[in-house]
Amino acid sequence: MTYTPETLAQLEADAADIVSRYPVKRSALLPLLHLVQSVDGYVSPDGIAFCATTVELTSAEVSAVATFYTQYKRRPNGEYQVGVCTTALCAIMGGDEIWRQVSEKAGVGHDETTADGKITLERIECNAACDYAPVMMVNWEFFDNMTPDRALRVVDDILEGRDVKPTRGSHKVGTFKETERVLAGFEDGRANEDQGVGDPTLAGLKVAREQGWEEKR
Amino acid sequence: MTATPEKAAAVETVSLTIDGTEVTVPKGTLIIRAAEEVGIDIPRFCDHPALKPAGACRQCLVDVAAPDREGNVRPFPKPQASCTMTVMEGMVVNTQHTSEAADKAQKGVMELLLINHPLDCPICDKGGECPLQNQAMSNGRTESRFIDVKRVFEKPLALSSEILLDRERCVLCQRCTRFSKEIAGDAFIDLQNRGAMQQIGTFNEDVLNFDGYEPIGVAAEDESGKAFSSYYSGNTVQICPVGALTSAAYRFRSRPFDLVSSPSISEHDSSGSAIRVDHRRGKILRRLADQDMVVNEDWITDKDRFAFAWQNLADRITRPLVRGEDGELHEASWPQALAAAAAGLKAATTGEDAQGAAVLPGARVTLEDAYAYSKFARLALGTHDIDARTRIASDEEQAFLGATVAGSGLGVTFADLEKAPAVLLAGFEAEDEGGVVFLRLRKSLGRQQVFTIAPFLSRGAEKLDATLIPTAPGGEGKALAAVKGSTAASEALKAEGAVIVVGERLAGSPGALTQALALAKRTGAKLVWIPRRAGERAALEAGALPGLLPGGRSVTSASAVQTVADAWGGTLPTGPGRDAAAIVADAAAGKVGALVVGGVTPSDVTGPFAEALERTPFVLSLEVRRGEVAEYADVVLPVAPPSEKAGTFVNWEGRLRGFATAIPTDAMGDHRVLDLLARELGTDLQTGSVADVYAQIAALGSAAKGERPEVPKVETAKVDAKPGASLVLASWHQLVDEGALQEGEPYLAGTGRTAVARIAPATAVAAGIADGVVTVASAHGAIELPVVVTDGMADGVVWVPTKSPGSWVAQELGVEPGALVTVKGGVA
Amino acid sequence: MTDLTPVLSATWDAKESWTLDTYTDHGGYGALKKALGMAPGDLIQAVKDSGLRGRGGAGFPTGMKWGFLPPDDGGPRYLVVNADESEPGTCKDIPFMLSAPHNLIEGVAITSFAIGCNHAFIYLRGEVTHVYRRLLQAVREAYEAGHLGKDIHGSGFDLDVTVHAGAGAYICGEETALLDSLEGRRGQPRLKPPFPAVAGLYARPTVVNNVESVSSVPAIIERGVEWFTAMGTERSKGMGLFSLSGHVERPGQYEAPLGITLRELLDMAGGMRGGKKLKFWTPGGSSTPIFTDEHLDTPLDYESVGAAGSMLGTRALQIFDETTCVVRAVTRWTEFYKHESCGKCTPCREGTYWLTQILKRLEAGRGTGADIQQLLDTCDSILGRSFCALGDGATSSISSAIKYFREEFDAHVEGGCPFDHAASALFAYEPKAIEEAHA
Repeated sequence: MTYTPETLAQLEADAADIVSRYPVKRSALLPLLHLVQSVDGYVSPDGIAFCATTVELTSAEVSAVATFYTQYKRRPNGEYQVGVCTTALCAIMGGDEIWRQVSEKAGVGHDETTADGKITLERIECNAACDYAPVMMVNWEFFDNMTPDRALRVVDDILEGRDVKPTRGSHKVGTFKETERVLAGFEDGRANEDQGVGDPTLAGLKVAREQGWEEKR
Repeated sequence: MTATPEKAAAVETVSLTIDGTEVTVPKGTLIIRAAEEVGIDIPRFCDHPALKPAGACRQCLVDVAAPDREGNVRPFPKPQASCTMTVMEGMVVNTQHTSEAADKAQKGVMELLLINHPLDCPICDKGGECPLQNQAMSNGRTESRFIDVKRVFEKPLALSSEILLDRERCVLCQRCTRFSKEIAGDAFIDLQNRGAMQQIGTFNEDVLNFDGYEPIGVAAEDESGKAFSSYYSGNTVQICPVGALTSAAYRFRSRPFDLVSSPSISEHDSSGSAIRVDHRRGKILRRLADQDMVVNEDWITDKDRFAFAWQNLADRITRPLVRGEDGELHEASWPQALAAAAAGLKAATTGEDAQGAAVLPGARVTLEDAYAYSKFARLALGTHDIDARTRIASDEEQAFLGATVAGSGLGVTFADLEKAPAVLLAGFEAEDEGGVVFLRLRKSLGRQQVFTIAPFLSRGAEKLDATLIPTAPGGEGKALAAVKGSTAASEALKAEGAVIVVGERLAGSPGALTQALALAKRTGAKLVWIPRRAGERAALEAGALPGLLPGGRSVTSASAVQTVADAWGGTLPTGPGRDAAAIVADAAAGKVGALVVGGVTPSDVTGPFAEALERTPFVLSLEVRRGEVAEYADVVLPVAPPSEKAGTFVNWEGRLRGFATAIPTDAMGDHRVLDLLARELGTDLQTGSVADVYAQIAALGSAAKGERPEVPKVETAKVDAKPGASLVLASWHQLVDEGALQEGEPYLAGTGRTAVARIAPATAVAAGIADGVVTVASAHGAIELPVVVTDGMADGVVWVPTKSPGSWVAQELGVEPGALVTVKGGVA
Repeated sequence: MTDLTPVLSATWDAKESWTLDTYTDHGGYGALKKALGMAPGDLIQAVKDSGLRGRGGAGFPTGMKWGFLPPDDGGPRYLVVNADESEPGTCKDIPFMLSAPHNLIEGVAITSFAIGCNHAFIYLRGEVTHVYRRLLQAVREAYEAGHLGKDIHGSGFDLDVTVHAGAGAYICGEETALLDSLEGRRGQPRLKPPFPAVAGLYARPTVVNNVESVSSVPAIIERGVEWFTAMGTERSKGMGLFSLSGHVERPGQYEAPLGITLRELLDMAGGMRGGKKLKFWTPGGSSTPIFTDEHLDTPLDYESVGAAGSMLGTRALQIFDETTCVVRAVTRWTEFYKHESCGKCTPCREGTYWLTQILKRLEAGRGTGADIQQLLDTCDSILGRSFCALGDGATSSISSAIKYFREEFDAHVEGGCPFDHAASALFAYEPKAIEEAHA
């Protein structure tokens, strides 16, 4: 492995924290792979070796897991993972066109990274925000009700180094590595950041309030 | 030495109907197995009786109806996978033979399996013996409806130097990965990627498109980082139901229908695994595992499978050689050569100054060969100077073997090992030295406590979840003596059916076998000796040892000697004779008149063997190949390799493993050659045919009471193993190494584990060694190996493999395990 | 007219609804305290009596699932919450956990107490960063407030909760695949039997419940079985989140009693977008056979939807108007299943691979006369033959779309797609290149 002693020490400390969450060591593998991504920006071969040692598996068993899940990247990922949902409903509601324009703008295709390392573009599958279609995700934060213009503005902001703000969620999208650290189960103190609850989430509640349909106790 | 049928315990059974035929099977049987009972073959790919059900390929779908709570037989709405569903009382199963729905479901799955399968049967090694091909022919559509784009992969992918993978042929049944994980414990291949791009593989950065340049380090499977270094990898090729996995050795060599298959027994270890030898026009093309449920079940080692080239290398001899006046060996006729050999031996054994002849048969012998050597030495040469143990050996061992093993028939069996609640291994590495013994033990993983008296926890022991009792070579006696009272091992061995396994290396540890016997007595555990090589037990049974006659008879027992002399119709010399080490030492000192050498490889022998050969006036070699002994031999008589003769291996269980000639040639077995030679010397051994030998052995039977050697009572030695300038040498053979019978097979050699020197952490610290290459040296010589600091290892010990690349211990260090050596070099 | 019944969604519009304070202010964790005073067996009985059925799609009675656990043998048993919401169209658990994570945690605590579990897991899909933040914080808050941890509220009951993030695999919504994934393996479904109740996580007795199911438990315990059974239909009790998406004026979450109709829901949602005509819709996500305007009045309960030829699933109502090409929608769904097929079994792995190619050709105008029959035959080779329900689900939209819109498929064979794709988008644009399909 080529980790510096400091990096390795930090990795080992974090890994110990992750392993301690589970009764059986192997359960730590998915968060450990997220952890590796938070350090290396992808699942590096070193990271595979690190995980294999930590949970006592062969490297083939670790890569078997790493290559099964789409969030694990095999090449250094862009600072921002930009995903455009093109599953049926979002595609039809305009996701296909958003994808076309975003891809054209960024100059990269699916699972490709811009030369400056800012954006890795991905066609994503349904992200459970269909009532906000068409949807885009940046580092797995919600960019709801996208139009090509709004999507391109996000891409522009990223390419030009400006912060980007999701429509629901945090105040500012963290980098890919920062996000992966959260996904490894480490709190970043930003849970209370909020952009307001979206209209679709409250659509039924609003009707009920207007109609005075209080739930019966 | 006959197997007694085990009484089957009463099992709960279930009756059901399959295709209208009623069948009663044990509860818990899978439908697919129950169908086999009544001769109904349900097509399948992922199913394998030795592997846990997967239900992945879906080829075995059948129609099932079963009684509900009220007893009305109701059909399942969907066809069911017969490889995963167990039988139920009153179940009605209709397979493709009687159910349109089942037939349709199977045809549908077949069509889907074929859409991405290449139509390359004419160039595929599996063609002609391919379950997919066969089932596609019998159950598939005649034409494909698939007009779209097939999945393609770069081919083939080398999973190791031996195992190649053509991914586009793979049907993802997972037999190979399940075998590797469940049976061998070598999870070096696994499913990679997902969905339609799912494939079998190692962690291969290029194949899986991982970015990164550094070779993987700490998690590498052995110190070399080799991705698939399993001793059992060849089994995956055999169980692959398509042509996805092939071996480099056999790939594109032959068509299955051009091969003649002969059942045989592997010559590579003492397990006596059943194999199938596939040959064409007198040449072996491949070997496969033959199913033998009492011995090797479905599996063999890669050595059993792939190491057969040795017998047909360029140095194979088919005609006798006699050294001429010019000092060179020349081909001679059999009568000339036999006459020359007889003359040489006669000269050594007759006359006042005769120093006598000695016999070193080697331990690759069949029972017939061993018997012939034994009888030849005693009758034709008039000596007890015969010893098959050209390895570490002792008088204590001979006494132990004579008293408790020889002529004892079938003792502890493979099944006993499997059933044992606890097993203690001493001086025995199940994976490196036992081959399929390891697999049988591993079958009980989780149900069996394993303890190992060894210098460190080897990978094999680790895969058995074994508890290490760290012990320096020589200290095994003390370690065994310490298994007493309330120690975990002692408690475990008291359980009914527990087994103590001792290996041949214990002979190098004074008092160890004495203590093993005491431990067995103390705990009630059964004791079994598992030697490494195929001929060890036969040599013992036949009396090819200086103090033993056939059947465990001691040469010092007058009645035993009389019995044998009567049976043989001659007189026997007075004993005992010299053992192999003494023969070699005396010969090197010029004190032996003639040496008869069988399958012995000089570089395997510790001691001045080359000198012995050089200084002995007459050397007769019986060999398959023109090897190193021939360089010193006066006469070389060619003998047949196992595939060209019939015979019987006696495996460690004491089970007779007879085999017939696979490839008939003119080559004669050692027993026949010795028979001819004895005639030339005026003695009739009557060992010309297997049947003759067999009849004699049967007639002789085993030693009567009092005719065996006394059980050994040897004091245990104290070993002074501690970190410092001198370390105790530990060593054993890795299964895949540079043994003579593995020559000529580079693809197999490539799967062997890298040779390293191992030392314990504290020992390493004391020596100031952390990494790098170290020099392990004795007074005789030195070897250089990369060092691996090994956690949990006994202190004051250095371990090196016995005959791996760069580590030929007998030849280079010239000492046996237990000797003191120095370790220097490396980096701090 | 059926009234909406906000229970789970009742606090979503409260200030900082995700915090412990807000949840407690609205009576949160009251049910836990009540439950801790009850016998576990009574809790299980109450949930059985409530008729609560799994809200994750399959609709298996929740109380019965709990009841399947074998008697306590002294070893661990686990609750695993399925928060891997990934079924196309399904978008209820994610906003729920974003807004009311404590409701879930309270449900986890009560359920764990009922089934004798001391370590529960919430398996969240990995692609929702902020939801994970909220869950991690909520669990920490709950520990700090003594709702989790040792000797909860002096009851002697201990519970640890681990929130685990997945890493992108729809199949992990299948409960046994989820367990394998949680054990650090590839998320491939396991053989059943043994069922998770007998040998689940770490081969120990395990209950796997959907987020909404578990979160419905506190209200049932607090307000009583009768309160719950008063809602819904005879065999589909209680309320549930109905998620409207697609071509409707006000898409979103509508919490209503089971048995409400799409017509009623559409009414509340302001009708179809721009007054266009409803063409087809999914009652319960993309794995459920599509419905058309014939089914506007089908009560959305398990039985009625089933009788009409589909499944209630996750109540994910994806609604498409007349501008939508059904072949295009079906192609995309099929590509989804191909992308998400775990690869374990032949029918799903190879079948979705084949179906996708046929559909893509059809959509691109390169179909043949044999294609539609081939689609049906291939669906036939997958349905009921694949290892798990993912394969079955992959065929639903295809078979049902051909059933209702065969002529549209025929039209594609003859001349490619007759629809203007821009017309179905939410925004106006000039169509440029031919849209490429998924990788």
